[in-house]
Amino acid sequence: MRDRITIRLYRGDGVSGEERDYEVTTFPGMVVLDAIHQIQGTQDSTVACRWNCKAAKCGSCSAEINGRPRLMCKSRVEDYCDEAGVIRVHPLKAFPVIRDLVTDVSWNYDKARQIPPLTVDKNVPRPFRLQQIDVDRIQEFRKCIECFLCQDVCHVIRDHNRKDGYFGPRFMVKIAALEMHPLDGIDRRRQLRNEAGVGFCNITKCCEEVCPEHIKITDNAIIPLKERVADDYFDPVRALLRLVTGAKPGKRSPHAHE
Amino acid sequence: MEDYATIDHDVLIIGAGGAGLRAAISVCEAGLSCGVVCKSLLGKAHTVMAEGGAAAALGNMGEPDNWKVHFRDTMLGGQYLNNPRMVEIFAKEAPERVLELEEYGAVFDRTPDGLIAQRPFGGHTYRRLNHVGDRTGLELIRTLQDKAVSLGPSIYMETTLTRLLHSGDRVVGAFGYHRSTGEFVAFRARAVVLATGGWGRMYKFTSNSWESTGDGAGMAYAAGAELIDMEMVQFHPTGMLWPPGVRGILVTEAVRGEGGILRNSRGERFMFNPEYMPRHYAGKFAESEEEAHRWLEDKANNRRPPELLPRDVVSRAIYREVLAGRGSEHGGAYLDVTHRGADYIKRKLPSMYEQFHALGDIDITRQPMEVYPTIHYTMGGVRVEPETGASTVPGLFAAGETAAGVHGANRLGGNSLTDILVFGKRAGDGAVAYAAGVEHGALSREEIAEEQSVLLAPLSGGEGENPYELSRELQEAMQAGAMIARDEPGLTACLEKVRELKERATSVRVPGDRRYNPGWHTARDIRFSLDLSEAIVLSALERRESRGAQWRLDYPEKSEELGRVNFVVRCENGRAMLTSRPVPEPSPELAAVLEEAS
Repeated sequence: MRDRITIRLYRGDGVSGEERDYEVTTFPGMVVLDAIHQIQGTQDSTVACRWNCKAAKCGSCSAEINGRPRLMCKSRVEDYCDEAGVIRVHPLKAFPVIRDLVTDVSWNYDKARQIPPLTVDKNVPRPFRLQQIDVDRIQEFRKCIECFLCQDVCHVIRDHNRKDGYFGPRFMVKIAALEMHPLDGIDRRRQLRNEAGVGFCNITKCCEEVCPEHIKITDNAIIPLKERVADDYFDPVRALLRLVTGAKPGKRSPHAHE
Repeated sequence: MEDYATIDHDVLIIGAGGAGLRAAISVCEAGLSCGVVCKSLLGKAHTVMAEGGAAAALGNMGEPDNWKVHFRDTMLGGQYLNNPRMVEIFAKEAPERVLELEEYGAVFDRTPDGLIAQRPFGGHTYRRLNHVGDRTGLELIRTLQDKAVSLGPSIYMETTLTRLLHSGDRVVGAFGYHRSTGEFVAFRARAVVLATGGWGRMYKFTSNSWESTGDGAGMAYAAGAELIDMEMVQFHPTGMLWPPGVRGILVTEAVRGEGGILRNSRGERFMFNPEYMPRHYAGKFAESEEEAHRWLEDKANNRRPPELLPRDVVSRAIYREVLAGRGSEHGGAYLDVTHRGADYIKRKLPSMYEQFHALGDIDITRQPMEVYPTIHYTMGGVRVEPETGASTVPGLFAAGETAAGVHGANRLGGNSLTDILVFGKRAGDGAVAYAAGVEHGALSREEIAEEQSVLLAPLSGGEGENPYELSRELQEAMQAGAMIARDEPGLTACLEKVRELKERATSVRVPGDRRYNPGWHTARDIRFSLDLSEAIVLSALERRESRGAQWRLDYPEKSEELGRVNFVVRCENGRAMLTSRPVPEPSPELAAVLEEAS
């Protein structure tokens, strides 16, 4: 590995900014976040970035490394240097820049607030009895560390800025974890179809590729959710039933999906 | 004085890890106005780093576990410096707090009967750690976050509070700034709960994040609260060691809980060395490798492997192996779990597999890991009432790692997640009850003006100290003088250095403005770390014995007399004052529980 590399870092705020080069000294096992820390500690203490655990468990240090969304704490410098020894580090593109690598991700927290929490009928016996095989799939979704890399890479959000119509992959995963919880008593299909906008996803699977927790976001969460919504709204037999009974879509008994 | 916004809440909670969020749930459920302030984004607090599980005697594994066994294990692990009433509340309320998480949405691993699965851990007699693979902390914080958010508290993210405000003796609010803009903000509250976690960041090799600078305990100390047991800093035996970029990152104890074996450079399973077995644990652990191996499949008829001794014991053993020239390639120990098979490892320890794979170029299903003790947890902190979490200052409450009393001289793994649940709720309830009986106090303009000048001084231009350099020197000093093996000359030199740094910290200067400026943030945080470092070293000097996490090379034995006191550090006229208090006596009922054979 090279002894010295160059971090080509975005410096600026929401109004204006530029790339600036910083030379850093490498050491074995160095990750991009170490390089940013070295710049802060020895060259420019005003370089703004978020980080917490430095072990890929908290999802704070999201950035775009050579144009791809990544966790800086999990990206080894030797894997990202070009022939000239340069690594480009920029903030997430899908969210407004506050300063340098720090972006305003508050939209995500607004969406999270709109999702009703797990609601278990009071007649379900306590303590809960759940089989491991029934919780395996929702445990996969609950591995999410909320780094928002999937939100950043999603075309609907990144390229079309449809934050008004689609909650994004992160919250499809969150709703899937609730919708597929064996004891959840809320029907979530109406929300999925309407304000959460599951229909916006066109299954390009970019979110899966960037997920640091390797959650199969599209295959295991979004596609099954799309199917549930489609079954309910567009199945001709159910549509006929609705016509006859006057029932509205999205209503069903709490355990109908088991 | 610069203008600032003033925000009113019935209860102000500082910190949004597990303890702060659990307190917020209590405050919201009581119908009070609740403000939650955190330095990071919501859900990023240090709780996410907890891996192994939350200890609670649910008894789901067919073993005769109950609160009394958990109580005894915790007291023994803490070497009887714990507050017995606090441990009683802890052990009794733990099951209810864990089960409540399922109601909030947590999805634990299951037993074949469909109950919460529990795993063995260091110092716990029975399988007691309720877990989700090796990411239990993430499950806890996300669950509490979702529940709290659904109850509608006001959440102020990326906001740092640096000063508690008084009206007379009472704490009536706090002052600080929003990180993104640097704008000042004051909060007025009938009661304030500190839940700001620990302060392991003052050491060089640590599993702690940048946030762990001890602001909460530091603010409480400045506000006149008593800090106890500050010498008790936990060294987790297994931090990552190589490459240097990852040094100190935690390797969960669940690796040993799932059968992980420690070996030295000669391939010896050194935890079987009788020299490392403390007298008070003799006979409770497997005495041959065969028995330890049989335990993996048959826990009822075999004793636990000695790798599952408490953290202080295992940390010292690794330290001594390295000192004796039997260290691993890079000066640590080998931790090997390959005998459990790739499928099992990937299912039970998925984030360890990923962590070593991505950061250390090691496949833990095929190769041993290299580990060395890393700073992990601070047992000491704000002295609180067991029932309510009330500190010695009226209106000020503390919970979780910021508070002290449950863990004594050494915390058992799995007890911290339970601590934040049990005492987060207790402190929330305590603050609610207190708030009902008092009016809002007036915020002191003098205190606010004083704090503004402290905060603004580093930006006043000219030459001065670099906060990152001070931080680095502090970490070097604490690592050298107040680490796992301590003695008087080392501690004295460390104290001198800390006091020199305290002096230099008053003339820190940083470039830039107030908008998201990490140098500026560090300039204030370092002062909390320095105050707490001084408290650690003063207490460690005074405890002339070896007990739990405190290992004095010059006083290698336990002292019966010192085993009956907690050391107390308080700030008087700007100076650290060290005194002691008798360790609270157990009630007759608890004394009887301690007497029962486990």
